[in-house]
Amino acid sequence: MATPSRPIPVLFRPLKGGRLVKHTLLIGFGLVMLYPLLWMISSSLKPEELIFREPGLWPSQVTLENYTQGWYALKHPFGYYLWNSAVVTALSVVANLVACSLAAYAFARLNFPLKKFWFAIMLGTIMLPHHVVIVPQYIMFSELDLINTIWPLVMPKVLATDAFFVFLMVQFIRTLPRELDEAAEIDGAGYWRIFIRVVMPLCMPALATTAIFTFIWTWNDFLSQLLYLNNPDNFTVPVALRTFLDASSDSSWGPMFAMSIIALGPIFGFFLAGQKYLIRGVATTGLK
Amino acid sequence: MTDVSVAVKPRGAATQPARGGHRSTKRSRREARAAYLFLAPWFVGLLVITIGPIFASLYLSFTDYSLLEEAKWVGFDNYITMFTEDPRFLSSLKVTTIYVVVSVPLQLAFALALALVLDRGLRGLSIYRSIFYLPSLLGGSVAIAILWRKVFGAEGLVNAVLSIFGIQGPGWVGDPDTALGTLILLHVWTFGAPMIIFLAGLRQIPSSYYEAAAVDGAGVWRQFKSITIPLLTPIIFFNLVLEVIKSFQSFTQAFIVSGGKGGPADSTLFYTLYLYLKGFKSYEMGYAAAMAWVLLLIIAGLTAVNFLASKYWVFYGDTK
Repeated sequence: MATPSRPIPVLFRPLKGGRLVKHTLLIGFGLVMLYPLLWMISSSLKPEELIFREPGLWPSQVTLENYTQGWYALKHPFGYYLWNSAVVTALSVVANLVACSLAAYAFARLNFPLKKFWFAIMLGTIMLPHHVVIVPQYIMFSELDLINTIWPLVMPKVLATDAFFVFLMVQFIRTLPRELDEAAEIDGAGYWRIFIRVVMPLCMPALATTAIFTFIWTWNDFLSQLLYLNNPDNFTVPVALRTFLDASSDSSWGPMFAMSIIALGPIFGFFLAGQKYLIRGVATTGLK
Repeated sequence: MTDVSVAVKPRGAATQPARGGHRSTKRSRREARAAYLFLAPWFVGLLVITIGPIFASLYLSFTDYSLLEEAKWVGFDNYITMFTEDPRFLSSLKVTTIYVVVSVPLQLAFALALALVLDRGLRGLSIYRSIFYLPSLLGGSVAIAILWRKVFGAEGLVNAVLSIFGIQGPGWVGDPDTALGTLILLHVWTFGAPMIIFLAGLRQIPSSYYEAAAVDGAGVWRQFKSITIPLLTPIIFFNLVLEVIKSFQSFTQAFIVSGGKGGPADSTLFYTLYLYLKGFKSYEMGYAAAMAWVLLLIIAGLTAVNFLASKYWVFYGDTK
């Protein structure tokens, strides 16, 4: 556990002026880091011909034209792709929450033959490079005639293949006092009931972490969506954005930036809303 | 609901009977059955989405398969071709290796440096932490890759800034000498995630160590070398293993920045990008499967080497 009240070691207790220098450097560095992002936002609001000429952030002339143009630049209005992404992402989040927590409860609380063996297998799948399985998976989904549907994207989540999250929840459930389960059991609750009524409500932080990371990863995911969605009618946001590059010459930056900003919007929103869980998730498990 | 009220019962009352030790076999059979039910989706997934495809891809890697005709057994041909007759494969391996070898240490160095600065009693820590972490979340997205392509384009932001100083920059992403560099920079830009792990690790180091060292007259550098680094080696190791595995599989950035082709002159032809082109553009699925297996072996090998080497530099001290 962190000890927030611990004294500041001599090493890092500089003079007051030193601290000012530190803050100045940090702010400067942060600005340099965020500069490309801020520039994209500002460029999306500038008239086309100013984007090149003004590396500065403050637009001398503000217009929303890039947004209206970008919205209608592809086969469908951009909202169509946002909706597709939202459906895939929402289903993935729900599926991951349900499937991973079911498996995690069994691993953390129940005894069964070969438990250690299966647990080791589960951990092993975390390390497995995705590319080892994509070719056969693609063939399988293509045999099942599921290319250009959302099933290849959602099915793996329904089947708890994001072992990261199973592991995360196992670790979390293990920290909950067992007495709670046992007390419920004495009161006649079955495993299902204990899972729903006792364990899950206490798992909220782990569930939140899972939901937020699943959301962001699925929203950002490019490779699987590129593989499985070939028809512009079911393109998601990343695949649609990519067609901007093919379709447009380098002159239409503005609309492309505008749609990129819209694509990043939900991630940014989740980042602001779920910072606490995100930071904790990364710090304790290395999820990122 | 009865099961809600039990939560407040005194603990001792509940523990004894259930932990009695002599569970009936009937009970444990019931428990095992429940466990397998809870695990059912995961089992199906393991079989259908993971293990099945692993064996299938192993088999396919020894075949010539285009999705349209029957798979034809060719033995080790794919593997031999790769290393003897396919310069693009070798160059994708080289590009990816350079990418990993350069960007991972750089990224971790940045992460550690910032973590050290942020660690000790600085106001506004959480704001800085968030700002530095944000790129990690966005970095893998198509939108940011597009941004990168434009920032480092011939008429992009970087050159616009350079021209203020009268410098005519190259067309970074269009120049084989600099294209990979821009992707390395993008990776380094996402140092926030390992930084947070470093911060968590620094929190674990008892400040009494520093105090004792200071009493003994150890200076800043000495404390860093003899306390911070040794106690942080497990975290450095963890980040290293994680980042190597992750960056070997990078795809989106190279795909977008190079327009899906790995150019110019194959300078950004990442391993996974070439695998994608082979498997899903030219439908040489057997070849792609073989490439996937080579990737698996490389990653497994590197991870094993990392673990073996860790014996010599990772310090577990009294944490065990």
